[in-house]
Amino acid sequence: MGDKHLIELFDVSKDYEGDAALRHINLYVKDGEFLTLLGPSGCGKTTMLRIIAGFVLPSSGKVLLDGADMARIPPYKRRVNTVFQKYALFPHLNVFDNVAFGLKIKKLPKAEIDSRVRAMLELVNLKGYEKRGVEQLSGGQQQRVAIARALVNEPEVLLLDEPLGALDLQLRKDMQVELKRMQQRLGITFIYVTHDQEEALTMSDTIVVMKEGVIQQIGTPQDVYNEPRNAFVADFIGESNILPGVMEQEYMVSFAGGNFKCVDKGFGERDVEVVVRPEDVDIIPAGRVGENGMTGVVKSVLFMGVHYEIRVDTGDHLWQVHTTDLVDIGERVGLEILPDAIHIMRKPA
Amino acid sequence: MKRTVFAYPYVVWMLIFIFAPMLLIVYYAFTADGAVTLENLRGALDPMYLEVLLRSVWMALRATVACLLLGYPVAYLLSRMKKSAASILSVLFVVPMWMNFLLRTYAWQVLLNANGILNGVLAALGLPQQSFLYTEGAVMLGMVYNFLPFMVLPIHTVLSKMDRSHIEAASDLGANPVQAFFRVTLPLSMPGVISGITMVFIPSITTFAISRLLGGGKFVMYGDLIENQFLLMQDWGSGSALSFILLVLVLISMAVMRRAEGEAGQEGGMLW
Repeated sequence: MGDKHLIELFDVSKDYEGDAALRHINLYVKDGEFLTLLGPSGCGKTTMLRIIAGFVLPSSGKVLLDGADMARIPPYKRRVNTVFQKYALFPHLNVFDNVAFGLKIKKLPKAEIDSRVRAMLELVNLKGYEKRGVEQLSGGQQQRVAIARALVNEPEVLLLDEPLGALDLQLRKDMQVELKRMQQRLGITFIYVTHDQEEALTMSDTIVVMKEGVIQQIGTPQDVYNEPRNAFVADFIGESNILPGVMEQEYMVSFAGGNFKCVDKGFGERDVEVVVRPEDVDIIPAGRVGENGMTGVVKSVLFMGVHYEIRVDTGDHLWQVHTTDLVDIGERVGLEILPDAIHIMRKPA
Repeated sequence: MKRTVFAYPYVVWMLIFIFAPMLLIVYYAFTADGAVTLENLRGALDPMYLEVLLRSVWMALRATVACLLLGYPVAYLLSRMKKSAASILSVLFVVPMWMNFLLRTYAWQVLLNANGILNGVLAALGLPQQSFLYTEGAVMLGMVYNFLPFMVLPIHTVLSKMDRSHIEAASDLGANPVQAFFRVTLPLSMPGVISGITMVFIPSITTFAISRLLGGGKFVMYGDLIENQFLLMQDWGSGSALSFILLVLVLISMAVMRRAEGEAGQEGGMLW
């Protein structure tokens, strides 16, 4: 990954007849980076992708690709290729001709088209499928044709719009690994749109979390997961216990009827939001509750394979806890939260 | 009760009004005074009649091409317009079809004749009068005018159902708008084009009355010939033999179109 900023968005906004789809977006994408736009549907992530591809013009702001202003550059002149959500393969062409489409438009010599298409089909494991009609292929195969059709043009940036959305779980996991491997091998910048936080966490170098057309946080998967900037990010990326708290003093916050030591200070305001990941809550025997602890009653237990998802009622809050300890419903247990597991956030305005 | 019961009246209708007349045509074409004969067919293959047939095919082909060249852009523009504007325009297109075919053709007679509106405009501009009526051009005009909606509607149906993302994909892969049209939009709209061609060519080749009203009988078409044999000459044998030849021709052209449709892959953009 280079330090060069391949794509830059400056103060980009987009309105659809008065509805703001994107508001004042500032973002840069580094060369060779795997960047994911993550957010619930309607957060503007697809609009952002379509602005970069050139299908949508921003209402205001500037988009630079490789330093050049893209305002008047139509999609067919941008060195960007897209893998569409529903693939948009050409139904009147076979696999080979679908993949060769971009190269034929560029009027490359036939022999070169032939060798590049074949090499690309081999890369996506579709050797021998050249003459097949695209509608006879399975979802996963169509997906790979769509990726090959885009990558064969050697774009500077590959845009992927929820490309794995239509696949079943197992295939999706396989394709995640395959896509990541391809990206590293080819060194192409990927901009990936998804609403699946797990997908974002496993594949990305950088995650951009969005909500209602506004960027909430930009960071590495670790940053975004461990240090969510606000309650929305915390809630969207993984599960969280989110509850109101009061900063009593520096390194001390009160919530759920008790005072807890924490590692944050200098918030200025007293009313804050407290976020605790379910796996950061430890189950201890009720009799051993001390500092940073409380007791509650187990309300439900779900076996999830590796861990149990349990809910514990402490009277002030119903805590979500992920643990490998087996407890029974109705049992009185102690909960302990270590200071560095308590994330303090400003209340949203 | 099986639902197919509801189709029975339709089947009876088809038997009486479509199947029976066809049988009668075959019967009259191959019999004379109750005896089986090929005489009628031999008579119908007379070079004079074949020349008329050839002219009909030629006129129908040209009318079809004209409808395609006019109809495709119209259908394309309709499919790119806002829905509300497009539906108003489609209504304008369809409304004339509610009027009787002969009346519409008579209307053109009024427009085109020596004292008609068109010559009125020419006179107002100080230009010499033209004889529009009773020319081959007038017959072509009548055919194109009457059959154009049958070209526009199936193409419009296919184009407006087309997934925009295919055109976006073409653009994404470097195709400029013209390339995207010829490499993606046009091939994907072929089912509609083929339906349109079928629905214009077959009525064109079998048409009658237009050439009499607008061509003044100077450009006899095969349909007129058949009409004359039945109504004027009262020669049912000869009329049926001519009809039989036309029927075979229509069936052949339908088979060709069906085949082309199969190659175009997609389901047809039929009007009904």
